[in-house]
Amino acid sequence: MTALIQLRGIHKHYGDYHALRGIDLEIRQGEFFSLLGPSGCGKTTLLRTIAGFEQPSSGSLMIDGKDMAAVPPNHRPTNMVFQSYAIFPHLTVAQNVGFGLRRDPMPKDQRAKAVVEALDMVGLGGYGNRAAHALSGGQRQRVALARALILKPKVLLLDEPLSALDKKLRENMQVELIRLQRNVGITFILVTHDQEEALVMSDRIAVMFEGEIGQMADPETLYRRPNSRRVAEFIGKMNLLPGSVGMEGNRIVVDVAGLGRGAVEADQAPGGVAPGQTTVGIRPETLSILFAGETTDRRVAEGVVDEVVYYGDMTYYDVRIPGVDRPLTISMKNLIGRPVLDVGTATKVAWDERSLVVLSR
Amino acid sequence: MKWSALRVYAVIYLAFLYAPIILLPLFAFNDASIIAFPLAGFSTRWFEQLWTTQALHQALRNSLFIATLTAIFATLLGTCAARAGTMPNFPGKRGLLGFVMLPLVLPEIVIAVALLVVVRQVLDLSLSNWTVIAAHTVIAVPFSIAILNGAFQNLDPSFEEAAMDLGETRWGAFRLVTLPLVVPGIISSLLICFIISLDDFVVAQFLTGSNPTMPVYIYGLTRFVDALPLIMALGTVLVTISVTLLVIAEYFRRRGVARAGLKDTGGFL
Repeated sequence: MTALIQLRGIHKHYGDYHALRGIDLEIRQGEFFSLLGPSGCGKTTLLRTIAGFEQPSSGSLMIDGKDMAAVPPNHRPTNMVFQSYAIFPHLTVAQNVGFGLRRDPMPKDQRAKAVVEALDMVGLGGYGNRAAHALSGGQRQRVALARALILKPKVLLLDEPLSALDKKLRENMQVELIRLQRNVGITFILVTHDQEEALVMSDRIAVMFEGEIGQMADPETLYRRPNSRRVAEFIGKMNLLPGSVGMEGNRIVVDVAGLGRGAVEADQAPGGVAPGQTTVGIRPETLSILFAGETTDRRVAEGVVDEVVYYGDMTYYDVRIPGVDRPLTISMKNLIGRPVLDVGTATKVAWDERSLVVLSR
Repeated sequence: MKWSALRVYAVIYLAFLYAPIILLPLFAFNDASIIAFPLAGFSTRWFEQLWTTQALHQALRNSLFIATLTAIFATLLGTCAARAGTMPNFPGKRGLLGFVMLPLVLPEIVIAVALLVVVRQVLDLSLSNWTVIAAHTVIAVPFSIAILNGAFQNLDPSFEEAAMDLGETRWGAFRLVTLPLVVPGIISSLLICFIISLDDFVVAQFLTGSNPTMPVYIYGLTRFVDALPLIMALGTVLVTISVTLLVIAEYFRRRGVARAGLKDTGGFL
């Protein structure tokens, strides 16, 4: 199956500034794809390039098999939900949603019906006659969605659509967007700086740094097997320990400061193995604290609790282990009967070789 | 109420500003041809005389014609400049816009003399209403830009992009989204430019042809002592019109701000 969107060697220069440095990307029909990265990484520029608001300095962009180089935004099979939503304040909700149908020769009543359907789809049934400037943030976002989706684009582009909403509403909208995307079957491309949002919503994620794609994978791979330190640090919380890596026969062996030696599988070094000094990553939830009376057949290291952060459902411990200059962060579920330890408590930390990630880059 | 020094200052300040204007209607309705107290009694004869002075009507027609066209030209040019000012990347934008705004701080007499030289010596045209319109447009454009800049800068740059994204051409996006949102600013600009032109004496004095504008005509009248009450009556009418137009202009400006869902950050009133 060929990709719906194909980007080949996209570069973008603004004067001396190199905003996009050779982006190669294929996005499939019906996919929920996210561009994730810190601000200034070029993700919005890339999205605007797909929409047609920016012209790449070099490289090619194909949508549905057609070269988009000479196609202006108003003739592209893409529609966009802007970060500010760009709801036209002088029009009603219905006029906003029906804006894109102006040039469609369909009869009036059919157009009105399409607007009603689009509003129903985003849960704003009956809001048609409201003035657009009187809407709340969440409602604006829904209007922007309806306005874009009513044109049945091949691709819906979303530029940080949830960043202006408060936390609760944002989480609700995440779930709604996923459901909406499944229902309409349109390819969504989401730009976000929120790694959690990207993990929750996407089929695949491209993590961007400084105009380049650092890693492109499904959320689980990205979280469990980041291919570099910067991806590991950007997505979720990751303990980074100094260590060394080498080959013994065809086994990969790592020596992690404070934890000890162990063998890892090839998939635990997704960025490749460069023998010698390296960084080893381990997620807080793959470590556990052995509470009084607990035993384990996992590997164990001894340490002292340095910091306790209580979240209600979870407690995050920073545990200092001799031989490691930075304390290890460990997250523990607050199960019934499990105490919250005090700072200074001597404790044992259990870990597995399987949860190590070798981060040579 | 406490009469602090600041309060006294404020009252004197306001009196200084507005007392002369209050004198206008006072003597305009006074039944005497000498401007002096005590007042002689109520009369509308000066207004009646206004009504029958043909030269005055001609001057008024001239002024209205000039002011209307000045308002239209200046606002048209101002709209173009303000729109250009919102474009994120066009080279030398700040310098160019600054240059366009310069007539705002140039002494009018300099502009008037320079234009007179250009019109008479360089282009060898005769003076007419059109030379006044050209000069007034030069003076009014910076005001128009200042007003419209606010209107344009308040707009989300995504509005036009969103319209284009939804299938409109660049012009369509401007016409359907930007223009309706800046209409209050345009009306406000039209009114302010109209008043600036109507009110101008210096430039008109230099560039007017055989038909004087209203201010030039009034200045001519001041040489005749017995015409003073007539000027008072005329002044009363003009002040009323000016204040009304300003209030309307401000109303539209505020409505524009409210329409775009923004906080009010300035204005004239």
